Amino acid sequence: MSKEPSRLSRLMSDHPLIPLAALLLVLIVALELLRPGIVNERWIANTIKFAIPLAMLAACQTLTMLTGGIDLSAGVAATVVAFVMATQVPILGVPGAIAAALIPAILMGLLNGFGIAICRVHPLIMTLGTGLIATGFLQVYQRFVIASGSVVPDSLAWLGTGRTLGLPNSLLLFVPFAALILYGQRRTGFGRLLYALGSNEAAARLSGVRAWQVYFTLYALSGVIAGITGLLYVGLIKAPSLSLMNPVLLPSVAAAVVGGTSIFGGRGGYGGTILGALILTVLGTLLTLVQIPEGARGVFFGAIILAVTAIYVRLTNQT
Amino acid sequence: MSRFAQKNGWTLGLAALFAGLLIATKLIQPGFGLSGLDSLARAALPFAFATAAMTVVVLAGGIDLSVASMMAVASVSGARLMEGASEAEAAGIVGLVLLVGLAMGAINGALIVLTRVPDIVVTLSMLFVWEGTALLILQGPEGGCAIWLRDLILGGLSLPFVPGALTEWLPKAAVLVAVVLAVVWVPVARSKLGLSIYAVGSDPLAAFRSGVSLGRTRIAAYAIAGLLAAFGGLSLTMATGIGAPIPGPYLMAAVAAVVLGGVALTGGKGGLLGPILAVFVLRLVRMDLTLLSVDPNVTTIIEGTIMVIVVMMGGLLAARERGR
Repeated sequence: MSKEPSRLSRLMSDHPLIPLAALLLVLIVALELLRPGIVNERWIANTIKFAIPLAMLAACQTLTMLTGGIDLSAGVAATVVAFVMATQVPILGVPGAIAAALIPAILMGLLNGFGIAICRVHPLIMTLGTGLIATGFLQVYQRFVIASGSVVPDSLAWLGTGRTLGLPNSLLLFVPFAALILYGQRRTGFGRLLYALGSNEAAARLSGVRAWQVYFTLYALSGVIAGITGLLYVGLIKAPSLSLMNPVLLPSVAAAVVGGTSIFGGRGGYGGTILGALILTVLGTLLTLVQIPEGARGVFFGAIILAVTAIYVRLTNQT
Repeated sequence: MSRFAQKNGWTLGLAALFAGLLIATKLIQPGFGLSGLDSLARAALPFAFATAAMTVVVLAGGIDLSVASMMAVASVSGARLMEGASEAEAAGIVGLVLLVGLAMGAINGALIVLTRVPDIVVTLSMLFVWEGTALLILQGPEGGCAIWLRDLILGGLSLPFVPGALTEWLPKAAVLVAVVLAVVWVPVARSKLGLSIYAVGSDPLAAFRSGVSLGRTRIAAYAIAGLLAAFGGLSLTMATGIGAPIPGPYLMAAVAAVVLGGVALTGGKGGLLGPILAVFVLRLVRMDLTLLSVDPNVTTIIEGTIMVIVVMMGGLLAARERGR
């Protein structure tokens, strides 16, 4: 588009969160019109409860996408941590099990970092491979612990499903988490390095950035975030399985993309991703409410993600 | 000769690896013969088509995450239409399903070109769309398949006027892959379109300035991928006799085989033969491990590790070449 950007498109590229918030509002109004009275305190708490794990897993995607990467092993990492934790609780106790469970997620992250930073493998392929290996290990591990059974600790169930004063307890975890990421991405050196590497890696390297250190830290951090998400999610679902969080992986990529983070790096941020996760969750409710077959729901879900992204790309004039 | 070897080093290495693995299989299981080759070829069939579809798109500098979902659509539409249809009608249905595949791929490509949204995002959205479409066509695994179609991939090849001993060791399923890819890809690769696909994949700007239409080439590449995915979906129906609306594990496996096959994910580099050989190598590794009675879950670990080590070595080699 070579023509002068209109005032609307300038407003949107300067404040990308405004159109997203507007879209979220439109969806909620549509929901209320469709089923008057549904939007109440209880519904809001429920929506937030299910949006939080999605938004947290989408943090892995947002941070890695800022450098032009992606973390497709995040879903497996979350599942591994949740499953190992639940099966180790009878043996190690709750704190020990949580600590032990986070180790494989960190190892996965370090392996990703090694492949991406040292061997220069494309992040999409590297994280896919790591996820594949981890899935195999998880299946083998399951055979050894099948007798000992699994326990979801009460504390995680309280965090995942409980409500205090009408608000979900998971906000206790999510609000500090989101604040940390939002602060970190713009105000810390590490956050700025992510944007720098994503905008122009060669320039960042020439300015003295040790890219490999950033990638190692980034993917290990992504593994830890995925692990914590897995712990929260198993508290919400209360049934650890070998594919616990895998169905959330592609929606987590979608949440980051809908939230305006560019898959090519250097653009976007976590604020948009949080709105993206809320939008996808409300959209899911909306599509469940409309009495249509399951297949049509999938079609609409995909079409709407694409439409939102396309409009967004056009309005903010990014390439 | 040495230039040929240099240019096709990766593919030749894969072929040697495949031959070595075949010998190893014979050593592990002295009874390994016709039926073993046949089951290997049939297991590899859907993976081979998924990988071929992915390869064409990757050569054009893109990626298609919706390959497995398009296969599901092709599989269920074939199975649904063929239920109760006569053997002769089935031929028409096959043609129709292939057209559907071509159309699905063209839609993917057109959306990427028109919306200017990155290909990963578009095909990720279309993954949901095609998966939903497959569920709309068929709610559960059901439907039918013509008998001659099922027979097409069963057992060894026998040709009229050729002594059976010459061709019987060749599984029909492997011949089917070779014939389909020869019919679909060879004319494309030899034409201007093939050159355009490679050109767009290696440098879109240079291709554009040399007069290649970027949009049309991309749409054509995705349409070919859709056609190949439809073959993959049909092969699923042929193997099981029913349609399966839930996409199989073909997306991840296809990406792995493309990378193993020596195709650069950045586009424009590689061919179709390498990835197909990689599919057979990966399937044969899995089969050998099963013959060695290794736990199938350990097999997943080994497969993943092989893939990761190969891409790491490939990455290191590419980085060293750039540095020189």
